[in-house]
Amino acid sequence: MHEFSIASAVVATAAKHAGGRRVTVVSLRLGALRQVVPDALAFAFAIVSRETVCDGARLTWESVPVRVRCAPCDRTSTLERLPLRCPRCGDGGVAVVAGEELEVESIEVEEEAACTA
Amino acid sequence: MHRVKVRVAEDALDANATIAAANRADFDRAGVAVVNLMSAPGAGKTTVLERILGDGPTIGDGVRVGVLEGDVQGSLDADRLAHLHVPVVQLDTGSGFGGECHLDANMVRSALPLLPLDDLDLLIVENVGNLVCPAEFRIGEDARIMVSSVAEGDDKPLKYPLMFRTCELVVVNKVDLLEHVDFDLDRFFYHLQAVHPGVPHLEVSARTGQGIDALRAWLARLPDRVGAPA
Ligand SMILES: [Zn+2]
Repeated sequence: MHEFSIASAVVATAAKHAGGRRVTVVSLRLGALRQVVPDALAFAFAIVSRETVCDGARLTWESVPVRVRCAPCDRTSTLERLPLRCPRCGDGGVAVVAGEELEVESIEVEEEAACTA
Repeated sequence: MHRVKVRVAEDALDANATIAAANRADFDRAGVAVVNLMSAPGAGKTTVLERILGDGPTIGDGVRVGVLEGDVQGSLDADRLAHLHVPVVQLDTGSGFGGECHLDANMVRSALPLLPLDDLDLLIVENVGNLVCPAEFRIGEDARIMVSSVAEGDDKPLKYPLMFRTCELVVVNKVDLLEHVDFDLDRFFYHLQAVHPGVPHLEVSARTGQGIDALRAWLARLPDRVGAPA
């Protein structure tokens, strides 16, 4: 159900920026910490986008890995898995700088061809 | 027809965040602190609430408490709390696509007119039992409490990191069952540290009352935060 709620939010965000035009592609950035299952999201998106400007649109996504910044080391590292700890010094007081995204990065919309005369 | 790419770069939950901010402003104006109480189904949120509020309509030094119930099963939890001497408002989470698995800011907003905010200092929002969706949706709360129980796995923080990361307090309930279950408290806290370093926690038993005073005291301090500089 997580994916359904998120899919609804994605459709609403895309529709807001589509300005009434038909949306053909919605591109997302999904942080690894959000635990979104892309296939489940695509399935939910196909259902909740029915009869909206996103009906039939393709969903694409880029996975954003978790990056943490360690103050003692003055260094940013990418983590493959939990724990959220600095891989260099083991410090647990790291700040998450990436990996929590749930962002609509862009959309592709259909437009009447501009007059070239 | 031709296709154009439109850059959006917007968090998909921005619309919810905007409404949550409006809720927060209304709660602040009314001088009401709001806590979002979350857990997996069966972790014992409602029983903990009954324990906390069992002695009367106030906690701590006269902090007046109200409860907003979000319940997928209709009004079962609200009925359980009806004997308590605190205002309980039930929120119907059955409407809306996928809306039944969590409360969102808009649902809480719809409940605002039903809440006696002028008579409250603290509003406890009992979210729907679910460790995934509630973590995504802010409702305008001042603090989030996550109730985990020893009847669940001690690896829960690793399975639901977002939930454990977004709370200000972790309550471990049912500690009276520790000797009967395969739950290692140390391992749980180790995993908790791995996803949310430094988050405070309380060990409680809603059944025996262990730790309930400490939880009540934590809640009673929450209204001091309202209007105070962060
Ligand atoms: Zn380090």
